Amino acid sequence: MAYSDKVVDHYQNPRNVGSFGASKEVKERKDIGVGIVGAPECGDVMQLQIKVSDDGRIEDAKFKCFGCGSAIASSSLATEWIKGKSLDEAAGIRNTQIVEELSLPPVKIHCSVLAEDSIRTAIEDYRKKNGLVEEVKASAEATTG
Amino acid sequence: MAKGSIPDQSPIYMDNAATTRCDPRVVEAMLPYFTEMYGNASSRNHSFGWQAEDGVDTAREQAASLIGANPKEIIWTSGATESNNLAIKGAARMYARGPEGTTGRGHIVTAVHEHKAVLDPCKRLQREGFDVTYLEPGADGLITAEMVSGALRDDTILVSIMWANNEIGTINEVPEIGKLCHDREIVFHTDATQWVGKMPTDVERDHIDLMSWSGHKMYGPKGVGALYVRRRRPRIRLEALVDGGGHERGMRSGTLNVTGIVGFGKACELCQAEMDAEGERLLKLRRKLEQTLMGRMDVVAINGHEEKRLPHLTNISFGFVEGESLMMGIKNIACSSGSACTSASLEPSYVLKSLGVGDDLAHSSLRLSLGRWSTEAEVDEAIESIAKAVEHLRTMSPLYDLHNEGIDISTIEWQAH
Repeated sequence: MAYSDKVVDHYQNPRNVGSFGASKEVKERKDIGVGIVGAPECGDVMQLQIKVSDDGRIEDAKFKCFGCGSAIASSSLATEWIKGKSLDEAAGIRNTQIVEELSLPPVKIHCSVLAEDSIRTAIEDYRKKNGLVEEVKASAEATTG
Repeated sequence: MAKGSIPDQSPIYMDNAATTRCDPRVVEAMLPYFTEMYGNASSRNHSFGWQAEDGVDTAREQAASLIGANPKEIIWTSGATESNNLAIKGAARMYARGPEGTTGRGHIVTAVHEHKAVLDPCKRLQREGFDVTYLEPGADGLITAEMVSGALRDDTILVSIMWANNEIGTINEVPEIGKLCHDREIVFHTDATQWVGKMPTDVERDHIDLMSWSGHKMYGPKGVGALYVRRRRPRIRLEALVDGGGHERGMRSGTLNVTGIVGFGKACELCQAEMDAEGERLLKLRRKLEQTLMGRMDVVAINGHEEKRLPHLTNISFGFVEGESLMMGIKNIACSSGSACTSASLEPSYVLKSLGVGDDLAHSSLRLSLGRWSTEAEVDEAIESIAKAVEHLRTMSPLYDLHNEGIDISTIEWQAH
């Protein structure tokens, strides 16, 4: 499989890798939203954490990804794109934009879908923690398309 | 690989179980048969034909000598896939007989983690009315004589068990299975593609009736293979798949691939002469590869039986990293991976699955197979780049974090997309 230069670059130099602490601590923190999507047996799991400022902007984002090069690149790119955005702006990011930016072939489109889902899930988690949604889904984590 | 560009020099070849470099001594032996001794080995009326026939005869002796057979017991084919097809379909159709009072055609025993070139002919035979039992190995990947014994029935006509597995290198109890089949008068075939030329083989001692192998896995050319067909005690007969000029005792018609066969013979001769030293050297290298990687990182697992394995092949899983991204990080090594992520739903290797290797570990496995030209420096470089790639990917892996926090990822309810 030939990867685009951008995918290779994200793979070799991933942006914003990491987390804001151990999973239990992060769960308690109200300023952080977490999105975990995918499953190990499917070969990809993405974890996106967003740190939201008081004025509702994503001031920092961290990702971890178990997956192919395209999945790593999609999640790495997602963190770059959402930093500095409002929650609504970030929620507006579509997987097709990721496909275009990284020149993903059709078999890798699901990687971009996963990245979009991880953004949405992280935002939902933040809103749920902060009582910003009226109806909260039973399992906001790992809601995927 | 943490930083920097993917090196563009020729990668280190560690995929000798897929195919091998043709030995230059083999090529040298073949060359005159393209341009000087180019006769048809079936032409009886002139020296061109006689020369070609001599070349084929020599190769038949070289091949027979490697496996302790009589030259007359060697049938030339296009490769191990054809040999397997001829052996399995040819024997099943020749010896077809159902249990008393039924319309069945007979029972065949094989195993779930055989090569597709064995499984697919068996599936075809099922459609033709044969009954097939697919044995399941334990976690070590071995098929034992006991397992085979437990599957035999009154109407069993054929057993086909590979000598060494192509993905994990595990060595089955072939001589014991052969003995068992001989005692029960059941035809025994073994796909020995990964075995012959690497390990000592004696079709008499090991009770083999039919044995497939291929030239290109033992430093010979591609497109040529052999099938050993026992001629006495018992004499095995096969229904041909390819009819025509009656070549190869009527079992495989078609003008002989003289150049390929000459190369195959030379490759057999070289393997026979160099097998012991080569096996010992490669085993040392394989052990270094495995032990260094396992010593340097946690959750590294060797797939297959610990001891009963080919000396030159290893299949290693690296927990919490995904296979395709691992391959991407080791572009300087040419090897095989346990899975390919080409769609939303991955299909990990059916061989690893049959051993009960979890999907996540099956996805992160590499098959590294050494060969005649593998060097210690190459092994050292491979260790370095595999370890770097795994470490790089683990810094990104959410699963590795969970592992380090003491959480068993199999207890988490994942929602697949």
